[in-house]
Amino acid sequence: MNFSEVFKLSSLLCKFSPDGKYLASCVQYRLVVRDVSTLQILQLYTCLDQVQHMEWSADSLFILCAMYKRGLVQLRITVWSLCTKSVSYIKYPKACQQGITFTRDGRYMALAERRDCKDYVSIFVCSDWQLLRHFDTDTQDLAGMEWAPNGCVLAVWDSCLEYKMLLYSLDGRLLSVYSAYEWSLGIKSVAWSPSSQFLAVGSYDGKVRLLNHVTWKMTTEFGHPAAVSNPKTVVYREAEKSPPPGLGHLSFPPSRAGTRPLAALESKYEIASVPVSLQTLKPAADRANPRMGVGMLAFSHDSYFLATRNDNVPNAVWVWDIQKLRLFVVLEQLAPVRSFQWDPQQPRLAICTAGSKVYLWSPAGCMSVQVPGEGDFPVLSLCWHSSGDSLALLSKDHFCLCFLEPAEGRAALGQQDSRT
Amino acid sequence: MGDWMTVTDPGLSAESKNISQYTSETKMSPSSLYSQQVLCSSVPLSKNVHSFFSAFCTEENIEQSISYLDQELTTFGFPSLYEEPKSKEAKKELNIVAVLNCMNELLVLQRKNLLAQENVETQNLKLGSDMDHLQSCYAKLKEQLETSRREIVGLQERDRQLQCKNRNLHQLLKNEKDEVQKLQNIIASRATQYNHDMKRKEREYNKLKERLHQLVMSKKDKKIAMDVLNYVGRADGKRGSWRTGKTEARNEDEMYKILLNDYEYRQKQILMENAELKKVLQQMKKEMISLLSPQKKKPREKADESTGTVISDVEEDAGELSRESMWDLSCETVREQLTNSIRKQWRILKSHVEKLDNQVSKVHLEGFNDKDVISRQDHEQETEKLELEIQQCKEMIKTQQQLLQQLATACDDDTTSLFRDCYLLEEKERLKEEWSLFKEQKKNFERERRSFTEAAIRLGLERKAFEEERASWLKQQFLNMTTFDHQNSENVKLLSAFSGSSDQDNRTVHSKPQQKKPPSVSHGSPVCTSNVTKSLPASPTLDSCQMSSCVSEHSSISVLNITPEEMKPNEVGRECTNQTWSVASRPGSQEGCYGGCSLTYTSSHVQKDDLP
Repeated sequence: MNFSEVFKLSSLLCKFSPDGKYLASCVQYRLVVRDVSTLQILQLYTCLDQVQHMEWSADSLFILCAMYKRGLVQLRITVWSLCTKSVSYIKYPKACQQGITFTRDGRYMALAERRDCKDYVSIFVCSDWQLLRHFDTDTQDLAGMEWAPNGCVLAVWDSCLEYKMLLYSLDGRLLSVYSAYEWSLGIKSVAWSPSSQFLAVGSYDGKVRLLNHVTWKMTTEFGHPAAVSNPKTVVYREAEKSPPPGLGHLSFPPSRAGTRPLAALESKYEIASVPVSLQTLKPAADRANPRMGVGMLAFSHDSYFLATRNDNVPNAVWVWDIQKLRLFVVLEQLAPVRSFQWDPQQPRLAICTAGSKVYLWSPAGCMSVQVPGEGDFPVLSLCWHSSGDSLALLSKDHFCLCFLEPAEGRAALGQQDSRT
Repeated sequence: MGDWMTVTDPGLSAESKNISQYTSETKMSPSSLYSQQVLCSSVPLSKNVHSFFSAFCTEENIEQSISYLDQELTTFGFPSLYEEPKSKEAKKELNIVAVLNCMNELLVLQRKNLLAQENVETQNLKLGSDMDHLQSCYAKLKEQLETSRREIVGLQERDRQLQCKNRNLHQLLKNEKDEVQKLQNIIASRATQYNHDMKRKEREYNKLKERLHQLVMSKKDKKIAMDVLNYVGRADGKRGSWRTGKTEARNEDEMYKILLNDYEYRQKQILMENAELKKVLQQMKKEMISLLSPQKKKPREKADESTGTVISDVEEDAGELSRESMWDLSCETVREQLTNSIRKQWRILKSHVEKLDNQVSKVHLEGFNDKDVISRQDHEQETEKLELEIQQCKEMIKTQQQLLQQLATACDDDTTSLFRDCYLLEEKERLKEEWSLFKEQKKNFERERRSFTEAAIRLGLERKAFEEERASWLKQQFLNMTTFDHQNSENVKLLSAFSGSSDQDNRTVHSKPQQKKPPSVSHGSPVCTSNVTKSLPASPTLDSCQMSSCVSEHSSISVLNITPEEMKPNEVGRECTNQTWSVASRPGSQEGCYGGCSLTYTSSHVQKDDLP
């Protein structure tokens, strides 16, 4: 495992191009495009203002930078064509958590609309922005929607005040309505499995419910109790130790090991013996957006694993085995988990906790890696390269790349596994 | 019960007689103050009666007493003691025969009464003990009743409390439910309120938006709208198509195509899955058939149930289904056939497995039956007991060894004597008994011998006399015969004397074995005494002794035989006490000896204590 040098960054704006060749990052008003393999700057653009949003085009030929400060008041959606002069307007878009979604193949776009206190969904054909379907949804206050990866089913869910999941076909037919309970805070997070076979719904009651794609009924529900008692579940617990004098701690020799802070604590995983009780947070019930319920959900690329985080057990990541429909592994970190992301090529999960370490889990085991560099490098976010060979680690003002040669990564994991 | 009846009857009759006696007594002659006393002090005191009789009749009042007795007896229904008077004036004559008959009858009656009384007494005793028993039972039961009553009261109290609690909980539950209902209503009303408010706010918001839109639009025209500076040419150089009805139709088509593709894809997947499952089913079926075929002949031979037909069906099905074409058909009938045949086979398999299970369990049972079914618990108990016993035996052996060593090393006079005492006390006792027996026997034998010798002497004397007689007779004859000379006669005399002595010797030798044998046996070794005593002619004393010992043994045996069954639960405890005894006897060598001796004693004692 190797680390690149540290580059400057602002607003956590750092993205790989979809084809995996380039890396775009923003530093204040500058946009830097680098080559992924050499990290040499290919282009440097200067914008008029601080960049607040940046995005690659699907063909990796264009980059969009948004400077909201320079924006205009627009109460509609405007679609500009980049090749022709045509402009399309879409009225009444709903401003919500996830009110607009494209299918994976980019053919269709679903848009949430609000007219006369009622929610509607419009499906557009992206090639010519023709309205394909328009229908009202039986929601109080639509909060989000997402296409299934195969682009044939649209999941629409209500605001957190009501547990309601609606599933629509591409042609606007209502396929199913699912509601787990009433009178309590409802859906917090939703994720489709890459195979479109399962829809995982995380809710404020601390459970994930898996809906199947045939009957759209619940297949199973995963609770997230603070106590793990099943002996089949492996609980990895991060433990911190001050490194022993000498070079014994240089198990992952970084490129610039000499600059490594001497006072850094070495952390490693220990297998806790079941039953284990996890640290829980007592949520403030009288505040909006309480820290409870399943707020993060992610399927591995092969749909075999589901990683979740229950927000009132912020230090833990649960990994569920979807084949056996049971809890597989729990990783308990020393600090609250900020973000996690699956390797797009293999079942490998990267986790960051706003510390100067990055954590990797695979079915073979797990390990923690100290990010080398002067001073602290709190990893706030991370994103995988599409090849799964490298990983961008983002802190508040810097980013660096972490290279995982497949063989090396596996060897490191194996070593870690044997050590724990 | 029958026994009871027969026993009570005489008692009752006796009592009634007693009563009648008593009643007759009351209106009776003045003379019998005594008789009252006698009656009061119960009849069977014969001595008393005797004395009474001696006082009753004196020389002076014979007549009086006879008449009185006569009167008495007639009142009891006996015939009169007097002879039937021939005339009115004639003095009544005492009929001795009648008196004697009466006496006899009275005696018979008396005996009967005594018997009856005895019966009654035993009855009374029995009843008394029964009564005691019943009373104790009654007391116990009463106690039980009391305790159960108390328990009932306690339970009732608890029940009441629980009911109270339950009621409270019900009330609480109801309250909670009401609360929940109320809260739900509140939530619902709040929700409607909220929605209403939201709608209102949204409308306001929409109005504001509209206004803003108008303001923005009117102020800055289109100038402010964003423009694309440099358009990008398409890679293929095409221009964007116009939106027409045609494109709309095309979009629809495409959408449906996508949906269709998706459904087709899913259908394909499902088909594949189905094929896989069918394959699995087929394989299972084949395996089932192969599994069931070897034993299917048996049921057919037995011709029981309908398994035979089912199996034949199965075979047909198998034949049908083995055709490849069947797999491509997924019509209802095929499916039905398949599922039906699988179900049938499954049923057969299930029944077969059940049968096997039954057999296995039967075999197990039989196995158990062969060994008289010892439950595991019993077995464990038994082994535990045996282990304990082994432990005890080992302990015993150890102590014995210790003792032996002591004996070998330090031959202390006291200890040895004690030891001997310990060991030989019983033996000695027995020997003494036997000794006395033997002595007695010896005496008997001696007496017999003496009588024998006396008889022999007498015989000898008689013979002598006879011999003399013969001699005299011969002499006379000889003297009568004139031809005999003096010498000859002498010879004859000598001869006769000789023959006579030899005869006597023979006699004594012949009688000796009878006389001498018993004493020689009585002096025999004490080891084989028991044998000898058995072979000996049973003298009355010996017999009774043996009898009694036998009885005592028998009784003890019977008691011991009963106890193990009755005292089973205590058995472990008893052994525990034995164990403690043996443990306690361990310390000290000299004490160990005592302990070892006392152990047997105490253990037997303990056993006795345990007896009911």
